[in-house]
Amino acid sequence: MNFWEKFALLDRRIIFAFIFLALAVPLFYTIRQPIPVSPEGQAYYEAIENLPAGSKVLLSFDFDPPSSPELQPMAEATFKQLFTKNCKLVVIGLWPQGPQQAEKALASALKDPRFADKKLEYGVDYANLGFMAGEDVVIQKMNSDLPGTFPSDYKGNATVSLPIMQGVKNYKNFDFVINFSSGFPGTREWVQFCVDRSGSKMIAGNTAVQAPENYPYFRSGQLLGLLAGMKGAAEYETVSNQPGKGISFMGAQSVSHLIVMLFVILGNIAFFVSRRKK
Amino acid sequence: MNDKAVYCTIVLVFLLAASAAGQELLPPLDVRTKDAPNDKGTSLLVIWKPSFSDTKGDKAVEGYQILRGTSPDGAFEPVGTAAKGDTLFTDHVPENGVDYYYRVRVLGPDGAFAESETGGPAQSKAQWFNTERGNALLAVIILVSAIIYFVYKAQSGRELYIRKIAGLEEVDNAVGRATEMGKKIVYIPGRQDMDNVQTIAAVLLLGRVARLAAEYETRLEVPNTRSMVMVSCREVVKEAFLKAGRPDAYREDDIHYITEDQFGFAAAVDGMMLRDRPAAVFYQGAFFAESLIFAETGNSIGAIQIAGTAQPAQLPFFVVACDYTLIGEELFAASAYLSKEPRLLGSLKGQDVGKFVTMAAISIGALLATLKSAGLFPADWVTTYTNFFLVR
Amino acid sequence: MRREIPLFITSVVGLIFIIRFFIPHEPFFSLENIAASWIQVIKAFAIWLGILNLLKVSLDKIYKKEKGWGYSGIIVFSFLAISIAGFFFPVWEGRPTGDSYIEHARKFQYPGTSFDWFYTYVYAPLSSTMFATLAFFIASASFRAFRARSFQATLLLLAGFVVMLGSVPVGNVIFGWLPQGWQVSEIADWVRNVPQVAGQRAIQIGIALGIISTSLRLILGIERSHLGGEA
Repeated sequence: MNFWEKFALLDRRIIFAFIFLALAVPLFYTIRQPIPVSPEGQAYYEAIENLPAGSKVLLSFDFDPPSSPELQPMAEATFKQLFTKNCKLVVIGLWPQGPQQAEKALASALKDPRFADKKLEYGVDYANLGFMAGEDVVIQKMNSDLPGTFPSDYKGNATVSLPIMQGVKNYKNFDFVINFSSGFPGTREWVQFCVDRSGSKMIAGNTAVQAPENYPYFRSGQLLGLLAGMKGAAEYETVSNQPGKGISFMGAQSVSHLIVMLFVILGNIAFFVSRRKK
Repeated sequence: MNDKAVYCTIVLVFLLAASAAGQELLPPLDVRTKDAPNDKGTSLLVIWKPSFSDTKGDKAVEGYQILRGTSPDGAFEPVGTAAKGDTLFTDHVPENGVDYYYRVRVLGPDGAFAESETGGPAQSKAQWFNTERGNALLAVIILVSAIIYFVYKAQSGRELYIRKIAGLEEVDNAVGRATEMGKKIVYIPGRQDMDNVQTIAAVLLLGRVARLAAEYETRLEVPNTRSMVMVSCREVVKEAFLKAGRPDAYREDDIHYITEDQFGFAAAVDGMMLRDRPAAVFYQGAFFAESLIFAETGNSIGAIQIAGTAQPAQLPFFVVACDYTLIGEELFAASAYLSKEPRLLGSLKGQDVGKFVTMAAISIGALLATLKSAGLFPADWVTTYTNFFLVR
Repeated sequence: MRREIPLFITSVVGLIFIIRFFIPHEPFFSLENIAASWIQVIKAFAIWLGILNLLKVSLDKIYKKEKGWGYSGIIVFSFLAISIAGFFFPVWEGRPTGDSYIEHARKFQYPGTSFDWFYTYVYAPLSSTMFATLAFFIASASFRAFRARSFQATLLLLAGFVVMLGSVPVGNVIFGWLPQGWQVSEIADWVRNVPQVAGQRAIQIGIALGIISTSLRLILGIERSHLGGEA
């Protein structure tokens, strides 16, 4: 067997080693690269930017720690942009770990010195209603009775006792809905049961794998903006001028994509050489 | 003088008065109210013409306040607000069948306001049919009729052509391969609960696979992420072993629960595949990010893998790493395809009618939109056509 | 009757919920909420069924010392460790004084609790690690599968290259010499928004029709094998 025939049968562990290096080494260096912003990312930013000051926004955190490298940077930057516009935020989670991810993103956003003077108060400016089991059934129920669906918040307080929840009955009492999701229940269920049934305006942040499923909703106008994966997070940080982990991780992603492409090209060369030999 | 002339005169008087006064707000006009359509009742629509102060734009209008009362001369209480420029408000009233009256105030700075004349009365009532969903009803009737027609036509004995589905043709071979190698079959019915149709389709296919496994005396393991799915799978596998005359070979603990957690389940199944090295693995149902983890691990141990999912995002991963993949509706056709039961095959035919109608509607819409872009077709006709398919 | 009763319930409830979509009048309007509440309760209780089964199977394996019983030991130990620590040893900062123990137990997910410690330092890294293996598996799967064996395979390969390059900023850096409107990221956006969306919509329409057909078969009782036995 010549070199190319052996290469075609390359042990996958060698590929794993190269991918590990491609992902790990760039993290120790700052790789500056221009980040073009896609129409969906631009639309996401502008949808929040066009919100009237003081709007009430419902955010649903439908992901868990494995998806946090992609979705957490988006969530943090979103919170910061919303706080800049003095919006009132109500957070829920349809995945059990969602509210905890939201707490981490809130904690990170509240540390920003821009918001120190605003003296943002839990229950007045933002609230976390925690997780509710039931998946897409919960989205349907909130259409008619949101406080009944989440009777207490993450800290055990009665939802109706929170000033931010006064007068809130269903989606119509929110000016905007934002969903961060990596699977089921996720953006598709929110479009089906919230946007289509109540006419709510919504944007979403998805993992790179899930986003292609939801591009049709953006094209049809059911979603007003969509961020896809870590690149989407980097785009949003770029357009909103809030550099964070999304931009800093893009170096590793760029190098790893190039390595994968290199292996595919070399694999095809090996394939053609072997085929010609036969 | 007719009504219109009266209105114009009143408006003119108001305008003159306002310009004389300098800064006074002008009230909204023509407040009307009617029952909100297509709902369960307890909703009324309040409609008004905007205040001239709002439309002229030279007065500081902050918004509108809507007030409700139960008699034209009685007390009115505020029930909601509307933004500047709005002309419609939906009020959720306490009771159906009661007369409600409305007034609308335009709000200015420092608490200033101007109140309209009283509008109404109107009563809210529930409707028995949501007319906005008439198009959906028509689609349901067409599709259901087609499916039922072909189901009963198939019962008459006429053979229906169904194209070959490679993944389903190989189910027998996969089970046979596991039998020859003396290794077990692993069947994963997805990660969703029994309320997901993909899971039901997976459980239906499991019945067929279990029957074969029982006949060939091959061990079948079914790890689950949902306890209700586990219970259904146990019923189906037990029944299959019974029907194959091998109830003694049925092992209840082989159909077990692991965890609902996505990557906990992936780790457990991967570990089991690497240790036990099953010869055949079936991935049928709803999968998410763990799909490639399963498929690559199965590929590394040399198992024959047959996947089937209606999650479009996961299809590429299964296609790349598995030997055969059932794409979307092929998963739902599996039970009918393998059983060859005429009524089930008839339902597939009826489904094709729905597909044909959908294709025709899309083709017509694409053609109309193209002609509209070229200026050869009126734009509002195209809008009417596309709006016909909107379901609210 | 073992199969007839579930079939009857499936048919009646299925038909009611189809009709409910078109009738806003009570009692149809409230049915959705009532059913949603029932489903939530059932799903919450069903979790216990699974946990008990997991413990039973794991303990059986340990007792009989079957192949891989060590892993079952880890399952049982982890389950007990997190449950006991979370419920009986909640330690968190700023715990209010005077609360009853039950109040403390309800707040087991608070930042600073034992449960939160396990979540942050054990569960989250383990989950993320499993998810991270996808990066390696995608590379090995791509190397194995992306071969230009035919015209369609070559087209797929080229589209994959374009989307991969367009998904990272380095694509525009390498091909920055292309004119505006033909940048790699713009071509990748076009691939994602036009042919990809078209394919997705076609598959989703087929899936929707398949779901309708399967659901109708279940409601009409034509398909029964999920209840055990042939159709």
